[in-house]
Amino acid sequence: MTTYTRPIDFKRGRVDMSHGSGGRAMAQLIDELFVRHFANDLLAEQGDGACFALPTGAGRMVMATDSHVVSPLFFPGGDIGALAVHGTVNDVAMMGARPLYLSASFILEEGYPLADLLRIVKSMAQAAREVGVAIVTGDTKVVEAGKGDGVFITTTGIGLVPQGVALNAGRIAVGDRILVSGMLGDHGVAIMSHRENLTFETTIQSDTAALHGLVATMLDAVPDLHVLRDPTRGGLATVLNEFAKASGHGMLIHEKAIPVRSEVAAACELLGLDPLYVANEGKLVAFCAGQDAETLLDVMRAHPLGRDAAIIGEVIADEHAFVQMRTAFGGRRMVDWLNGEQLPRIC
Amino acid sequence: MKYIDEFRDGELARGLANAIAEVADPARDYRLMEFCGGHTHAISRYGLLDLLPANVRMIHGPGCPVCVLPIGRIDSAIALATEHDVILCTYADTMRVPASEGLSLLKAKAQGADIRMVYSADDALRIAQDNPQREVVFFAIGFETTTPPTAAIVLQAARLELAKFSVFCNHVLTPAAMVHIMESERDPAAVKIDGFVGPAHVSTVIGSAPYEAFVARYGRPVVIAGFEPLDVIQSILMLVQQINAGRAEVENEFTRAVTREGNRKAQAICAQVFEMRDSFDWRGLGEVPHSALKIRAEYARFDAELRYGIAYRQVPDHKACECAAILRGHKRPADCKVFGTVCTPDHPIGACMVSSEGACAAHYTYGRFRETR
Ligand code: SF4
Repeated sequence: MTTYTRPIDFKRGRVDMSHGSGGRAMAQLIDELFVRHFANDLLAEQGDGACFALPTGAGRMVMATDSHVVSPLFFPGGDIGALAVHGTVNDVAMMGARPLYLSASFILEEGYPLADLLRIVKSMAQAAREVGVAIVTGDTKVVEAGKGDGVFITTTGIGLVPQGVALNAGRIAVGDRILVSGMLGDHGVAIMSHRENLTFETTIQSDTAALHGLVATMLDAVPDLHVLRDPTRGGLATVLNEFAKASGHGMLIHEKAIPVRSEVAAACELLGLDPLYVANEGKLVAFCAGQDAETLLDVMRAHPLGRDAAIIGEVIADEHAFVQMRTAFGGRRMVDWLNGEQLPRIC
Repeated sequence: MKYIDEFRDGELARGLANAIAEVADPARDYRLMEFCGGHTHAISRYGLLDLLPANVRMIHGPGCPVCVLPIGRIDSAIALATEHDVILCTYADTMRVPASEGLSLLKAKAQGADIRMVYSADDALRIAQDNPQREVVFFAIGFETTTPPTAAIVLQAARLELAKFSVFCNHVLTPAAMVHIMESERDPAAVKIDGFVGPAHVSTVIGSAPYEAFVARYGRPVVIAGFEPLDVIQSILMLVQQINAGRAEVENEFTRAVTREGNRKAQAICAQVFEMRDSFDWRGLGEVPHSALKIRAEYARFDAELRYGIAYRQVPDHKACECAAILRGHKRPADCKVFGTVCTPDHPIGACMVSSEGACAAHYTYGRFRETR
């Protein structure tokens, strides 16, 4: 005979210390929340880890991890749940891999409303379904009130690299073209304008999206793609500087060619930010040989997540590996590493 | 960038640049000083130097509020927070300026001093209201742009009878610094300056009239310009034309915001709260007579210098730092031996490397690729 357990009250309930204690309350949370919504056989086994076979003939694998600590947890265009799936899927995809499985670790703050946690988990489950990856293992910890920021989520993903794909910064060569997959700065500005309570004519939405599909079509058309990266924290400028340093070459980009929404440009002006340094969650930067650039651009533009793709610059010989930009005014300047925080000017 | 206005601006800018190239006399040099850090920043950020003919040279001026603040004043601010246990409210820009003994406001804060970054003078007043049991000091710095907000909070504090709030006043005056630069032309290291790009925001407050006496006395043209890159190019064209015609006048490119009289209301509250200091020590320029403001006796209870008995102590700059010569236009950032090696925006040695408006920081961030050709 099974004893009756009262279901968790996801309407009015809150996270308490017992949800992380390893006892009955935690088991119940795992069953009624995570196992139910992430619904897959591997997770349902509830082992200490997930055990699975690799497809036959599998070559190399990719493993990537990412912690998500966004505030606010819900923002225009997304929430921490969708972000936690997309972020790690994208890290896997940037290595040229097809994502297979995810793990998810939750750090919950005591007192956090279970209704909001449910919303986050459902959003995560939906994002994972859309991507076609299963969340197969996880962990839950609860910290005392005041010691967390509601919910922190760490996801780890693994994926398979198709034969013949070799993406790395070492392949960047002078003459390579630099492409971006769309409008820059949407995510960072959506978060910041929400935080600062700024409203513009239209609400700027986060661009959070999983890019593995776009990457697959790009690799189909141009298997010789040199390298990919998603310009998250630190934005395009940081990615370019990382690649310049890793490859030892300079870069020259053209301000006029860089796609930025006018609302985002206006918001950046107001907040004293430079869109080149603002975070994206659904964009990528690609490097390919000069002769492949037009083909790559065409397939990117044909994909829904690459409609606004553009060729923004090229790799140049420069022993100092500086990133330079030709401004809309026709002058040149450097696009440097971000130093410290961007401080507001007072004059 | 897909920002329609900037496309259009780009073409206008090239048109203006062509006009400058046409009128500039190849037989002579034009040495123009942009007084303001805001202009220095715009010139570097938009790569405007590439649009100018080689004989039109821009020289960075001292108009960066953080850069001209001497070390002794930062030391005093740190002492307020560490020795007098006040809540010190400061603009974010000043946090990283190097002070004595390897300290800065940022480091003092990390060591436990109660230092709060504020975005406006109002924020400081609010902190005072929210913490009635604590002594709160606003570290007021800047040119005429930031002076009226400081005056307004002193008046407001008087109205609210805030007993534990005061202001450490370090406001400085633009025209006095311009005069000082002309007077230091006698220095053999000095570069002769042919004309000035005049301040934008400062001039919205003080108007264009205060530059008239300057122009009459020194015979160098001043063109007041906005901070947009197009404003700067336009003002350079206007200066070149004046110099060619042998004229020296105050012209106003920034008519959309600056009038001859300026902002009368702002001037009135400043006059009510502040009076002229006999002299003030500027980083780079040294003691400059009648170049800064202090709080009038009537509001002495809000004057942190009196309240805490702050005695000013002059502290020399770091030995290697050329900020002094750079702020006077005598040297360029790359002339400093430690530029870009020991001194970078992440580890600034001098104040010019701290603020984004500082000549060294602007050159490091946007222009240093030019040094390696
Ligand atoms: S590079 Fe640094 S040390 Fe040299 S003048 Fe500039 S701020 Fe001073």
